[in-house]
Amino acid sequence: MQANIDLSIWQMTAAYIFILVLIVIVRFKGIPREKEILISSLRMTIQLVLVGYILAFVFEHSHPVYTLGIITIMLIFAINNIFNRTILQLSSEIKKVIALSMTLGILASIAYFVLIVLQVYPWYEPRYIIPIAGMIIGNSMTGISLGVKTLVEGMTTNKQLVEAALILGASPKMASEQVVKSAFDAAMMPTINSMVGMGIVFLPGMMTGQILGGASPVIAIEYQIAVMLGIVGSVSLTVLLFVQLGYKTFFNSRSQIKL
Amino acid sequence: MYTLRGVKYKSILNIDQLEIPKERITCIIGESGSGKTTLLKLLNHLISPDEGQILFQNRPLSQWDPIVLRRKVMMLSQSPVIFEGSVRDNLLIGFKFCEKPQVGDAKIQEAIKIVQLNKDMSLNASFLSGGEKQRLAMARVLLLEPNVFLLDEPSSALDEETAQSVMEQMVKEVKRLKKTMIMVTHSKALVQGFAEHIIEIKKAMQ
Repeated sequence: MQANIDLSIWQMTAAYIFILVLIVIVRFKGIPREKEILISSLRMTIQLVLVGYILAFVFEHSHPVYTLGIITIMLIFAINNIFNRTILQLSSEIKKVIALSMTLGILASIAYFVLIVLQVYPWYEPRYIIPIAGMIIGNSMTGISLGVKTLVEGMTTNKQLVEAALILGASPKMASEQVVKSAFDAAMMPTINSMVGMGIVFLPGMMTGQILGGASPVIAIEYQIAVMLGIVGSVSLTVLLFVQLGYKTFFNSRSQIKL
Repeated sequence: MYTLRGVKYKSILNIDQLEIPKERITCIIGESGSGKTTLLKLLNHLISPDEGQILFQNRPLSQWDPIVLRRKVMMLSQSPVIFEGSVRDNLLIGFKFCEKPQVGDAKIQEAIKIVQLNKDMSLNASFLSGGEKQRLAMARVLLLEPNVFLLDEPSSALDEETAQSVMEQMVKEVKRLKKTMIMVTHSKALVQGFAEHIIEIKKAMQ
């Protein structure tokens, strides 16, 4: 059995030809999306080539500054992506809450995972930390994006209910309890769904990568289970922080609704 | 009970001086858009004035804990808000909001008798008619026995006869409990029948 297949230039070309065939079909069917497919394929190639070289450099020159620097850049991109992805108008207060929840939730999850679960030595070993941080940050970003949308829309559409609870003597926390719960559920749903379908509906990306890289499926599964638990923990933590702090941005210091 | 001095709220309200007496039935009248609901919201501290001072029991509202204040001064909005669940859930939800121990069935029966709501307690509250929802919301506030009842057009969805008899019972209960009622209304019959103190608000000149 081959340990792994190092793709030759011809094999890579064959992969691109696959996309070109697809573009021809899309064009033939009159769906005006060939430009998007072409641009995103090119963008993906350039991004991955660059990342490949950067990671190769960082893995060879293992140093805490490089590891922390890369995690910081990933975190900044993720936070920015949440701001840009949300169609709704976000207040500067809620943006601060998003940034704070992402930073605290993710750093705590990475630290727990790397130091206690995987017991990586040295702690900044980029070969382990960077891929795991990527998965944790990516999933938390998706979770929070959905949580932000549900919370902001929920507070706006349920303003009357929230106000009715306030005038009956409820605290802002009690008045927004239902909206906060819905936001948490919406944010957790993709992660829960992906756990349920894992191994049956699809093989997760990290596990597929390890198997293609020559690792035994049993080892790949061990890592996948651990990483999945880390992802669930991190998404729960970041979303919990976000909803618990986020609803407060809709009220002023006199417990009056600001919308 | 309430003293308002130099209160201004946007271009809606401009009140030089206003006193609202304790343990009395005060009716707030005035044409649509004159700021009657805004005044109730100011008294409930759901909004704050841009200028001036509102005192409740001789203490500025800004010095009250807003949640403690709203548990003493409860408002019933014009369009009744119904929460998810049964009629009973809706009657009792206020106790959860106020962190007060729930009352027994006898009290609940008493309250629904006052508002004349003869409905199955387990019925989904969203199935009630507009008038029934309004009476349910009224009973919800009544059960909590606040010091001040701020009622915004409490009988707008009721026919004249029902409005008269429900409000008569409500006023009787408020009097028995020695509480204060401040009611916004368009109904001349309610004003003539129950008002002990009348505040007329005139629409601000734009």
